[in-house]
Amino acid sequence: MRVPSTRRLRALRKALLGVVGLAGFLAIWQLIPTLGLINSQYLPYVTDVIARLSEELRDLAFWRRLGATMTSWAIGLAVATFAAIVLGTIVGLVPFLRRATHTTVEFLRPIPSVALIPLAVLMFGIQRQAALVIIIYASFWQVFVQVIYGVADVDAVARDTARSFGLTRRERLSHLVLPTTLPYLMTGLRLAASVALILAITAEMVIGNPGLGRMIELSRSAGDSVGLYAFVVVTGLLGLLVNLVFRFIERRSLSWHQSVRGEEVL
Amino acid sequence: MTAHTGSVASTARGRGIGFRVGASFLHALGLPFLLLVIWGVATSTSTNRFFPGPLTIFEAFVDTWVGPAFVEDVLPSLYRLGFGILASIVVGVAVGTLIGLVRWLRELLEPLLEFFRAIPPPVLIPVVMLLLGITDTMKVVVIVSGAIWPILLNTIDGVRATDSVMTETADSFQVTWWERLRFLVLPAASPRIMAGVRQGLSVALILMVISEMFASSSGLGYRIAYFQRNYLIAEMWSGILLLGLVGVFLAVAFGVVERRVLRWYHGIREVSRA
Repeated sequence: MRVPSTRRLRALRKALLGVVGLAGFLAIWQLIPTLGLINSQYLPYVTDVIARLSEELRDLAFWRRLGATMTSWAIGLAVATFAAIVLGTIVGLVPFLRRATHTTVEFLRPIPSVALIPLAVLMFGIQRQAALVIIIYASFWQVFVQVIYGVADVDAVARDTARSFGLTRRERLSHLVLPTTLPYLMTGLRLAASVALILAITAEMVIGNPGLGRMIELSRSAGDSVGLYAFVVVTGLLGLLVNLVFRFIERRSLSWHQSVRGEEVL
Repeated sequence: MTAHTGSVASTARGRGIGFRVGASFLHALGLPFLLLVIWGVATSTSTNRFFPGPLTIFEAFVDTWVGPAFVEDVLPSLYRLGFGILASIVVGVAVGTLIGLVRWLRELLEPLLEFFRAIPPPVLIPVVMLLLGITDTMKVVVIVSGAIWPILLNTIDGVRATDSVMTETADSFQVTWWERLRFLVLPAASPRIMAGVRQGLSVALILMVISEMFASSSGLGYRIAYFQRNYLIAEMWSGILLLGLVGVFLAVAFGVVERRVLRWYHGIREVSRA
């Protein structure tokens, strides 16, 4: 009986400290312009930013921009994931392909996707397609590399067992390769989801296709610092949401896996 | 991984070392060469002016970047990048170790840190520009403000996950706090720290490019955007190529450093796997 109560106390303490930390941060933010340490033109009062946020949340135009950003994000992530799973499985299963593509992958992967922005603008102009090029390029590698690792990680004993039991290719894929790869794939997917969001917003800032990123850039060039901070907070909350959702999906889809089961015992 | 190197070794054993070297050479360079040839053939037959051939790009590369442009644009970029990465690592590891060791501090700051990590780093560029103006310091601060989070959070996790038996052993041997940090906490956290640094590096490179595209009159990012606006297509491609080379160089340099720092760790992993 005592164990759960101390654990609950500890969780309560943690939550309380977290709230105190957040409140402290907001208070310091409010104090800095109030005391004149930084001009409120450059660091606006937190109360103003919150007021602006609630104003935006009631504005339909805001939700439309949010929708535009999340649409680019979703399309980019879906295309990149699909391509990465198909290509990653093929390359990962064939040792010759794995060896032959290694150097090419190691060269293409570190190219910062934002370097492709000028090319994307030339090809597609100020449109969503230009943003999609950047998003897909960046998130593709995250999933692709994880899938290759995962597919190559199939336990040798399990593979030999499957072979001697005469499993067909399809059975091997669904009972052997898929369960081994799934944890890797989920890690890749979670990383790709946040990378795709970063690049969706970056593309809007630099290219200028409609969305939250463009609002940040417009507020900056208009000198609207309250709006700028409000939109930055929105992107942070959005990033947090994407993180949480994908962590949740990861845990749910891997509930059978040792790494998740082991955590729950503790 | 072990399985496929094993099969390579067994097929190559009978045919001598020359064959093996030749085969791995072909594997390493075959596909890149093939792709270049395809690119060259495709561009020489098509009239799409946004995709120049590899030779044109190579010429533009030499013309554009070899010479004074290297000093004016490439070096300042690399200098900001290097300085930003170094500052991120130093501050991230120092603050991360502190937060990781002090429990109440960690619980106090955890929600805030999660939020800051979730902010897409490039949106910090306008904020930092507003606070610091358009200067070199601003660009370094932008790089640090984005690259520090993966390093900081991974350090916290790594420090937290220090083996409790070892911690208690250190307690009972009354190891001083400095020795404890140097020989227990930091080595135990180093695999996680290095994983964080790897993430931080790619964020830093992205921020270097974008901060220069946004607010600069020099640097790689500025140059590439300039070439694009003036329809200097081959030059733009050569800039993309150069950025790719910087990215590859960073990855290779990181690999070398990681192998040195984590030599003991990879050793343990290999032993436990065998």
